[in-house]
Amino acid sequence: MATIELQNIAHSYDGGETFALKEISMTWEDGKAYALLGPSGCGKTTLLNIMSGIIKPSHGRILIDGVDITDKPTEERNIAQVFQFPVLYDTMSVRKNLEFPLKNRKVPADKIQQRVAHIAELLGLEDQLDIRPGKLRSDLQQIVSLGRGLVREDVAAILFDEPLTVIDQNFKWTLRNRLKRLHLATGVTLVYVTHDQTEALTFADDVLLMKDGEVVQVGSANDLFLEPSHEFSGYFIGSPGMNFLDAEVSNHEVVAHGVHLGPVADTSLSGPHRVGVRPEFVVPVEKGGIDMDVVKVENRGGFQLAQLALADQKIMAKLDADLEISAGERRAFGFVPERTFLFHDERAVSTMKPMSAGAAR
Amino acid sequence: MSDTIAPVQRAGTKGTYFDWKSWLFWLIMAVWSIPLLWLMSMSVRYNEDILTVFEIIPSRISFRGYIEFFSEPQWYGALINSLSYTTMNMVLSVAVALPAAYAFSRFTFSGDKHLFFWLLTNRMAPAAVFLLPFFQMYQSLGLFDTTYAVALAHMLFNVPLAVWILEGFMSGVPRQLDEMAEIDGYSFPRFFLTVFVPMIRAGIGVTAFFAFMFSWVELLIAKTLTGPQAMPLAVQMSTTSTAAGLDWALLSAAGVIAIIPGVIVIWFVRNYIAKGFALGRV
Amino acid sequence: MNTKKKNNRAWFLVLPVVLVVAFTAIIPLMTVANYSVQDVLSPDNRVFVGLEFFRQITTDPAIVAAFQRNIIFSTQILAIEIPLGIMIAKLMPRRGWKAAAALVIVAIPLVIPWNVVGTTWRVFARPDVGLLGVTMNQFRPFDIGNTPADAWFTMVMMDVWHWTPLVALLVYAGLRAIPDAYYQAASIDGASAVSVFRFVELPKLRRVLMIALLLRFMDSFMIYAEPYILTGGGPGTATEVMSILLAVIAVIQFDLGQAAAFSLIYFLIIQIFSFIFFTVLTLDERPGATKRAEKKVKAEARKREMADDAASRSGVTNE
Repeated sequence: MATIELQNIAHSYDGGETFALKEISMTWEDGKAYALLGPSGCGKTTLLNIMSGIIKPSHGRILIDGVDITDKPTEERNIAQVFQFPVLYDTMSVRKNLEFPLKNRKVPADKIQQRVAHIAELLGLEDQLDIRPGKLRSDLQQIVSLGRGLVREDVAAILFDEPLTVIDQNFKWTLRNRLKRLHLATGVTLVYVTHDQTEALTFADDVLLMKDGEVVQVGSANDLFLEPSHEFSGYFIGSPGMNFLDAEVSNHEVVAHGVHLGPVADTSLSGPHRVGVRPEFVVPVEKGGIDMDVVKVENRGGFQLAQLALADQKIMAKLDADLEISAGERRAFGFVPERTFLFHDERAVSTMKPMSAGAAR
Repeated sequence: MSDTIAPVQRAGTKGTYFDWKSWLFWLIMAVWSIPLLWLMSMSVRYNEDILTVFEIIPSRISFRGYIEFFSEPQWYGALINSLSYTTMNMVLSVAVALPAAYAFSRFTFSGDKHLFFWLLTNRMAPAAVFLLPFFQMYQSLGLFDTTYAVALAHMLFNVPLAVWILEGFMSGVPRQLDEMAEIDGYSFPRFFLTVFVPMIRAGIGVTAFFAFMFSWVELLIAKTLTGPQAMPLAVQMSTTSTAAGLDWALLSAAGVIAIIPGVIVIWFVRNYIAKGFALGRV
Repeated sequence: MNTKKKNNRAWFLVLPVVLVVAFTAIIPLMTVANYSVQDVLSPDNRVFVGLEFFRQITTDPAIVAAFQRNIIFSTQILAIEIPLGIMIAKLMPRRGWKAAAALVIVAIPLVIPWNVVGTTWRVFARPDVGLLGVTMNQFRPFDIGNTPADAWFTMVMMDVWHWTPLVALLVYAGLRAIPDAYYQAASIDGASAVSVFRFVELPKLRRVLMIALLLRFMDSFMIYAEPYILTGGGPGTATEVMSILLAVIAVIQFDLGQAAAFSLIYFLIIQIFSFIFFTVLTLDERPGATKRAEKKVKAEARKREMADDAASRSGVTNE
């Protein structure tokens, strides 16, 4: 268990022309679960590989507990990694797989026995210890892979590179849960790379949302959802993601496509901005509001997903399941002002001004 | 897929780390090429020197062997013969194998497993077994002593090989592609020629390479089915070796020249060979 | 999922191949079979002799000796070529221009006409003008024309030189197919290079090695041109392998019946091995394999259902 520090880490695969990972400095706190979330090519795997030692960063240093390990090879770092598919030694039994990292480090035999028994119990593998891992189901195979990481007591962090990729849909949920429970039981720092927001948001204490090599926002699932600081947080998180409109702020009012949306909270703003509001916060109102055409309504079980039109702009709204609404209608909707953001140069600069009286829901 | 064992930027490798693996590899390659280098050295020496003086680096150089090769019709003619039946065979084998490989890849049909296995048995057929029957057969067809005979006879092992390798590559192309083309209204021939074949370019390249290789190097059948007219290079070389005085320089020159087409073909398909070997269907 | 459609019209696509191979294989084989059970005294005088020739062949000491030579030869070359091929494959560069250059150089011996291989080594091994011969002669008298051991030694070396690249290329391709993650995991686990070879590479190379083994065994069993040119089967019969003897019987002695019977037995031996080869190669691809895979999927589905039942009954909820 240790603190991992990144100092000005950046990486270019082509000698400085383009940076797959732009400069980042941060401290990974001991015992927390982090997720690196983002689309392919955003640099999350690069960052992970820098931490595990598979890649040497072109710039910056990494320290574990204050010790500079940037030049140390993987085997000398106290890092374990779980890959996109189960990586196992299929000629060895599960037990031998778990013993392997300890044997290589010349740990005494009785200590090995102890650790393996402990981890096997933790992972629920006691009955499978003497089977070849190839015979196990893929999610259990990943558990064994994870076990090889946990079995070492000195491990500073366990890194996960999209570990649910080959797991059968039905077992993704169970595996995710087990990982979370293991995290709580062992208190090891976990860093989890994924492009799937559900995985990231359910797994991590802190999510690092990445795009084009940069960390766009760091925060809990709630933070990213309710308080996006970047357009990308609005766009990528949520299903469907945030609605965006081009707008103009003048006289403290936000006007989008000729429609007045309401007053802006930060009165110092003016000029062109982008308005972002999540479908969850597009609500039907009795009076006032903006008239929109209802283009389509889909019943999704627990809610209805409506596609609305505001002056040729598509707006998605998540509505109550029992709301009476159908396509072809023209109704009034409002954007919850505290959850409607104004973005300038992709960064959130303000919300709309909250109403003084109670807002209609 | 792994292209590296140790990525260049791997943390922890010291800059001055001695790449003994690379050194050892090129050393082995150097030793491995000695027989060939010896052959090349002999090809540029005088016959008297070859037989009387043993030296590693020739003191006198002569290109007579090569000059004679290209001025004697029986020699360069032999080269042309070999090239022509090998090329014919290559084209024919691939052409015949393409539809069959497609069938094996896309469909199951009665007896398909057995057919596939039977094809394999022909790849593995010892040439010696077929000498006599081939001889009689091509004689009676009036094809004896023609390059066509060899081109056809070599199809015995090259067609199964081609079907095999192509099937392996074709199976890597998803069926959805075929279905989409069908939906888009492509007729089968059009789909096959303009869509499918380009997708398996690499496979065709590999197949052509192996077909070329096995036909080019084969001696027994080529020798049995030819006489003076269609004599392949290999046979021309072996008849020379039964003559009273061996023309070592000429023979060596012929040997060197015989290697060149092969090297050229390898060079062209070098990027695809690994995949072909990966299928294991050599 | 790439499932195949059942369509018997596919036979039309396969027809050209069938015709070609039938023409080049079945008809000749039938001819051979014909000759193997008949003694052709003259074009009009053929006597059916049943399995007589087969009996002669299996008891003929020359043939039995040739068979033994083949077995010994194949065993020896495999013992050298497989490990050597693996070693070379592991040393081959994998990226950049060096990888392409290495590939071309390693592959060259494979495209040399077999008679040129024979000729090259024949000269190379001469104690008067050949580098190998001269070198060996420094240590002890070396004469492939007269000393059986020297002839055999050269024949083995020649085959190793000629065919190890095939093993190397097969293994190289097999190694390239191993995902990086395995090496990375081994690194993380602190594994030594020997362990990596033993626990990661060798298991993953099993199929490729099997293929290399069987291919080389079968091809070496059928070898003809190189030893024929190198030694002609000599000195005496020291290097007379089966195919050389067969060619002698068929083409020189013109003992058609014997040659035919010999051919068929030879052919049969090869077929048995190719059956093994085919089985190994298609272990994952056979229809039986699909059935096994299907059973596995069904078993997992059943497990799933039971797990879900158990879960819902005990009221396990999402945390």
